[in-house]
Amino acid sequence: MTRPEGGRGGAQVTRPSGRQTRRGGAVLLRGGRLVDPAGGHDGQHDVLVRDGLVAEVGEGLDAAGASIVDCGGLVVSPGFCDLHVHFREPGREDAETIETGSRAAALGGFTAVCPMPNTDPVADNAGVVEMVAARGREVGLVDVFPVGAVTVGQRGAELAELGAMARSAAAVDCFSDDGRPIREARLLRLALEYVRAFDAVVADHAEDASLTDGAQMHEGEVSAILGLQGWPAAAEEMVVARDLLLAELTGGRLHLCHVSTANAVELIRAAKARGVRVTAEATPHHFTLTDEAARSYDPVFKVNPPLREKTDVEAVRVGLADGTLDAIATDHAPHAREDKEVEWAAAPPGMLGLETALALALTELVEPGFLTLAQMVERLTAGPARCRRLPGHGGPLAAGAPANLAVFDPAARWTVDAGRLASRARNTPYHGRELTGRVVHVLLRGRFTVRDGQVTR
Amino acid sequence: MNKHLLSAADLSAADVTRVLDTAAHLAAVTDRAIKKLPTLRGRTVCNLFFEDSTRTRISFELAAKRLSADVINFSAKGSSVSKGESLKDTAITLEAMGVDAIVIRHGASGAPWRLAEWVDAVVVNAGDGTHEHPTQALLDLYTMRQRFPSFDGLRVAIVGDVLHSRVARSNVLALTTMGAEVTLVAPPTLLPARVETWGVTVSYDLDAVLPKQDVVMLLRMQLERQRAGFFPSLREYARLYGLDARRLDAMAPHAIVMHPGPMNRGVEIAADVADSIERSVIASQVSNGISVRMGLLYLLLGGPAVAGEVPR
Repeated sequence: MTRPEGGRGGAQVTRPSGRQTRRGGAVLLRGGRLVDPAGGHDGQHDVLVRDGLVAEVGEGLDAAGASIVDCGGLVVSPGFCDLHVHFREPGREDAETIETGSRAAALGGFTAVCPMPNTDPVADNAGVVEMVAARGREVGLVDVFPVGAVTVGQRGAELAELGAMARSAAAVDCFSDDGRPIREARLLRLALEYVRAFDAVVADHAEDASLTDGAQMHEGEVSAILGLQGWPAAAEEMVVARDLLLAELTGGRLHLCHVSTANAVELIRAAKARGVRVTAEATPHHFTLTDEAARSYDPVFKVNPPLREKTDVEAVRVGLADGTLDAIATDHAPHAREDKEVEWAAAPPGMLGLETALALALTELVEPGFLTLAQMVERLTAGPARCRRLPGHGGPLAAGAPANLAVFDPAARWTVDAGRLASRARNTPYHGRELTGRVVHVLLRGRFTVRDGQVTR
Repeated sequence: MNKHLLSAADLSAADVTRVLDTAAHLAAVTDRAIKKLPTLRGRTVCNLFFEDSTRTRISFELAAKRLSADVINFSAKGSSVSKGESLKDTAITLEAMGVDAIVIRHGASGAPWRLAEWVDAVVVNAGDGTHEHPTQALLDLYTMRQRFPSFDGLRVAIVGDVLHSRVARSNVLALTTMGAEVTLVAPPTLLPARVETWGVTVSYDLDAVLPKQDVVMLLRMQLERQRAGFFPSLREYARLYGLDARRLDAMAPHAIVMHPGPMNRGVEIAADVADSIERSVIASQVSNGISVRMGLLYLLLGGPAVAGEVPR
């Protein structure tokens, strides 16, 4: 990717001595616009970081011995949280690893990510989730909160040992068979009930498989012309409706992954209004791209759920604006080059998301006026932290909180270059797109994971 | 014309006319004792067939050979493709061998688009998945033009599995470009989503449509569609949408019957209708296919030709 340039102010960094950048050194983020929705802040505030924690938030802070980071023209916020990523480890380390995925996440402004369990082997037991969490800690660029599978092998037949994963060192509190819907209503009902014992959440990929068997893209005018089998919006919406009713029945906590259709947004809005315990996420690609992109037959645009129509994109934007959709989650899905350089029908679904999420949200949600900057930050921080436990993440940035922070330039223009992404894979649908907004610094517990747009390790 | 022929949508009315005119000139060659022209001498055409389609492959092969091109037949069976070689690697291999044109038949919709990204050679779509078959549309239009003076207002009914038919998609595009009035007739389960945006009339009732048509084109109905539940039985399908002698009588006296082949006699078309010498032009479609593919290869490979340059 090209370096950010021409942004308002830009970051003028005073080089601190080496000792001070390490844990224990104090850092003063000075002159930035602090946007911390959980803490109720949106304005010019300095943030003093010491011993890995937020020491003080206020105007005109001074701290002897602290290294000063000039944040003039920049936004300071809690580090972003991604509820939905695929890091492919274990099993497909040629597409992504926890290390390369962590680098991509850090560069995207994230301090917390939730890898989905569809690895090989599947993360359906304490051993795999602990391994993923441990590897994440070892890499140390982003906090990794694994999602456990709901059913053994994600096969939808019998519950995995959810309690063992919840009580493991990984302390899993979110379970999903993502990529596969839970077909049996009874099984989902039992999962929603069972996880109440751990105050955990079941995250469902809403798709009625009997309507999508063999489907290649959103069903509509474009699929008909392209001769690609359609994935009707109703296949998502009927499962969303079912899931909402089961959440209501059981009182269990439901999270809906990658909501992509107008009716699904409306169903969730109505369920929330009557008090159903549901949260939901939307991906950047579902608020930026439509099924028209498939006309190229380039499988870089193939994703599940598929890119929908303009009215759906608008509805997702409105849903994010009014809070029906709590979180922006990327569904970052790396694929090896040879897996995508094939015929459309032969390619696996999925696209990269971590390194472009902020810029897409700024360019496509904030610039056109769908969301305020503060709302956008909320959907990347406090919003996801509401959907599952992400201790220390999402704000508020009060004194004593872990210093998990993102600093970004909301005006920097840059052009996406697939070849220069930190992710091991290259399947971004935004190659060549000029976007606004670039991450400058990221701190994880007070340590820079990204500094001046570069990963520190 | 574009460099490749991927979709019938790529062809303007002038392009279609040019292909058909060129084909008509070249058809004269096939009447000669020595059916060969030196036009594409030294050029290599590869028939890259990932699906069996003997008739289409032979038609392209004859067309290329009658223009003196060298022809390679690369079929997926018995090739490295069946050993897991990707389409991209196959493309790179053919490119390295210096082929000038690749005629591709593939089971995946859009495969010719992928191929065209990976090679410099001219790519001709000879049928991709459930998407398009533009040379079939061109030969169908050529056949219609032999019987009717103009496409303007020509009434063409396309009957059958439109949802999965590449023949239907390409014909709708080419015919509407040329000003014909197209009616699609099928059970609702076999019509594509939002077909109302295609600029055609849609009907579920063949008997109501038949008397008004100049051309009735039947699509092949495959047993697997019944198995997938699109309709209850082939017998019921034949009863509702098959063209039998009784329905043939309901057609206008001048109207013709077409079928892209291969036919399922007794399903979408009764045997006596298929073999009707006065009404069926199915055999002409096959012979016209060679002329049209000659015309197309000539225009795509022969350089900046105008109709006047075509040898007679």
